[in-house]
Amino acid sequence: MAIAEQKLTSTAPTTSESFQWRSWLATVDHKKIGIIYIISAFVFFIIGGIEAMLMRVQLGTPNNTFLSADLYNQLFTMHATTMVFLVVMPMNVGIGNYVVPLMIGARDMAFPRLNAFSVWLFLGGGFLLYLSFLTGGATNVGWFAYAPLTQTQFSPGQGVDYWILGLGLTGVASIAGALNFIVTVLNMRAPGMTINRMPLFVWMNLVVSFILIFAFPTFTVASIQLLFDRQFGAAFFNPALGGDAVLWQHLFWFFGHPEVYILILPVMGMISEVLPVYSRKPIFGYSFVAFSGVGIGFLGFIVWAHHMFGTGMGPLANGFFAAASMVIAIPTGVKIFNWIATMWGGDVRLTTAMLYAIGFISMFIIGGISGITLASPPIDLQQTDSYYVVAHFHYVLFGGSILGLFAGAFYWFPKMTGRMLNEMLGKVQFWLMLISMNVTFFPMHFLGTEGMPRRIYTYESGMGWEMWNFIETIGTFFLAFSVLLFIYNVLVSLRSGEVASNDPWDAATLEWVVPSPPPSYNFLHIPQVTSRRPLWDAKYPHSTADDHHGEKSAPSQIRYEYSHEDSPGAKEIHMPTLTYMPMVLSSGLTVAALGFIYINQAILGLPMRVASYVFIAIGFVMVFYAIRGWVLDSRRDSPYLGHH
Amino acid sequence: MSSSAGHTHHGEAHQKPLVGSMGVDSRKLGLWAFIGSETLFFATLILTHLIFYARTTNTLSSVGALELLDPRLGYLAIELTTVLATLLLASSLTMVLALAASKARDWKRFRFWQLATILLGASFVGGQIYEFIHLYHEGLKLAPAYEMHLSHEAYKALSALNIDPSIVRLKEAGEHATALVPSLFGVTFFVMTGFHGLHVTIGIIWLIAIYVKVLRFPESPENPMDIELGGLYWHFVDLVWVAIFTLIYLI
Repeated sequence: MAIAEQKLTSTAPTTSESFQWRSWLATVDHKKIGIIYIISAFVFFIIGGIEAMLMRVQLGTPNNTFLSADLYNQLFTMHATTMVFLVVMPMNVGIGNYVVPLMIGARDMAFPRLNAFSVWLFLGGGFLLYLSFLTGGATNVGWFAYAPLTQTQFSPGQGVDYWILGLGLTGVASIAGALNFIVTVLNMRAPGMTINRMPLFVWMNLVVSFILIFAFPTFTVASIQLLFDRQFGAAFFNPALGGDAVLWQHLFWFFGHPEVYILILPVMGMISEVLPVYSRKPIFGYSFVAFSGVGIGFLGFIVWAHHMFGTGMGPLANGFFAAASMVIAIPTGVKIFNWIATMWGGDVRLTTAMLYAIGFISMFIIGGISGITLASPPIDLQQTDSYYVVAHFHYVLFGGSILGLFAGAFYWFPKMTGRMLNEMLGKVQFWLMLISMNVTFFPMHFLGTEGMPRRIYTYESGMGWEMWNFIETIGTFFLAFSVLLFIYNVLVSLRSGEVASNDPWDAATLEWVVPSPPPSYNFLHIPQVTSRRPLWDAKYPHSTADDHHGEKSAPSQIRYEYSHEDSPGAKEIHMPTLTYMPMVLSSGLTVAALGFIYINQAILGLPMRVASYVFIAIGFVMVFYAIRGWVLDSRRDSPYLGHH
Repeated sequence: MSSSAGHTHHGEAHQKPLVGSMGVDSRKLGLWAFIGSETLFFATLILTHLIFYARTTNTLSSVGALELLDPRLGYLAIELTTVLATLLLASSLTMVLALAASKARDWKRFRFWQLATILLGASFVGGQIYEFIHLYHEGLKLAPAYEMHLSHEAYKALSALNIDPSIVRLKEAGEHATALVPSLFGVTFFVMTGFHGLHVTIGIIWLIAIYVKVLRFPESPENPMDIELGGLYWHFVDLVWVAIFTLIYLI
């Protein structure tokens, strides 16, 4: 059905609405959930950044005593854990949550309550991880938690247990979220939005969700086994009692390597949205970009042992994993060349988002090249556990993921808030961040090749490491300043930024059809999609002849919607009702997890054990109460029953 | 206009509300993806068990003691497990019959078969608890060593081998002789089968919830899909047991 007549009542930005806690804590709206993810991840980004700065201050000069060795170990472990699990993953999920349903022309995720459950459980996991700082010290064994250091005789406190349970909760949240994305993308697409017309950001979210559901269970099992080692004397990973320390490495990296694609692929999807819009061209080689993402997803599962060349697996295993790792350069290179070709000959507008996207490509290439060198076992054996590795993964994770996320932030901020970010401030921030990240991370290549090991809390003077360490520390402060500049930009722009129209960037995809920010139901009329760039083709019906490689499409009937919460017809749209049950369920699981941390700590004595049983009991009562309420909610919201 | 899925206009709501662009119920699609994820969960548990079992048998056969001390032959009673496996497989059949009854809207027959499924599942879990307690008394515990009771002949034969006590430590106290073998067999076995039992238990709770819901709202058009989803999970959990039974008990 074509869209009938336009409602030309424009909406003012809804900032005048009074803030209601209930509308956030009980929300099942994918957009609000996305914003909760984004704000939480940003807060964790600040925390993880402060941890990094403390470490850089410690390393700025030789023989420094600013931090103790133990605190330093806690900080580098929590810095990595935070940045991987509490920053980049939830930031990707948050932006995906907000944008993916809009991009495919849906009114919400497939399972709105499960979506709310995921965000609260992710916060519960983050809470547990950080609670450990107050209860005797956070985990200090490194983010990949190699055995046997994680066994109780070497890590007697509860830090490792907090880490296991905290990541267990975020893991369940991630799997639930990934299932939601898979079903949403496969099953909630608007009419005509075929798989091969989906925006590439949607594609990458689909790929990542599949990676996630197949990679996480291995880590879940390994960490459960580690918990059994620590709490019930099981010895899975304790070589002294017949366990196998290298098995932990296999299980961890079978998850851990796909995890790095979980961190980068959604960002590559964002870049694939940003570049065409500011080049005013369709993405070059849509299918290649999409399927190279799928290829990276598959290959990501057969390269895990390149993290383990140092264990001496033998030439056959080394050869296989080295070759497989190098093969990943091919689909990655395909993407990079396609992005460059997208800009080639385009009408390039160097907005802040575009600068960040180009910054992403440049920095990711540097990280990718050092990655290929590390895939070679003889080189890896020289560089492993040195600062060269630290340089490599900061170029792909900061230069890649974080710069790409800033591109996404500047691109979608108007859609999410109804206000534009300040471009001038954004450009200053971009150049400051680009330069200072290179000042911070590039010298790590030199330090690594000069033999500086990672994870040392201090070093002697006269090693030849002083100058570069000092320069890196200076770089960190400029990096921090650039992040402060962004916070300032956000705060100012939220109050007095230029008001954003539906489509401030003259973009191509469906999220720009609806008002900024969109009403709770997104689309008043579910759009009928006829091409890959539904909005663009509606705006420029004559410019798209050669875009689709022979795919003949009907003319796009899509029009901007100027709808708001009280638009005529909006009341007829059936959206799920607010409910606290997802949050109660997540809180119950968090409380029970807290109990499990202390379930068998003989040292702590009887009172602590009783307390742990009480926590578990309370947690499970909350879980059962919430599940019951959830079932009743779902019955009340059932499309069969309506509001009877 | 047929909207995508999930949240439809009221007027269209009574047709096929949860069937989306893939032509499948959303919850069913999600459950299939979840089952894919669970497959790796159990694969990891089973692989860990097999790795450590192979290590134990290698060590024991290197000292010529495998036939007497093989933990699988020494502990895992194939008779009991065969009965349990039969119960669980039978519960898959009754689950199918319950679903068929629900599709025929024969709620009396549904209640019978659903209850049969729940009872068969519960007897499997009961049997597993019995097995765990039995094994615990036999000397297989959640600990990195097992203590196997030995017959007089076995004790004599093992003594004659003069095995390094770090591999097998023999003890004789009066009539009772035991062999203490450092091995993760107990650990991996209990964690693997325990997590399977936990899944079966969750499945039973799910099936009971469906039973109660159907009893309360027999006219709800969602019932067949609710039952199908519970059944899907149930069949998966049964299938995992087929894998564990074959790989751990039979081969």
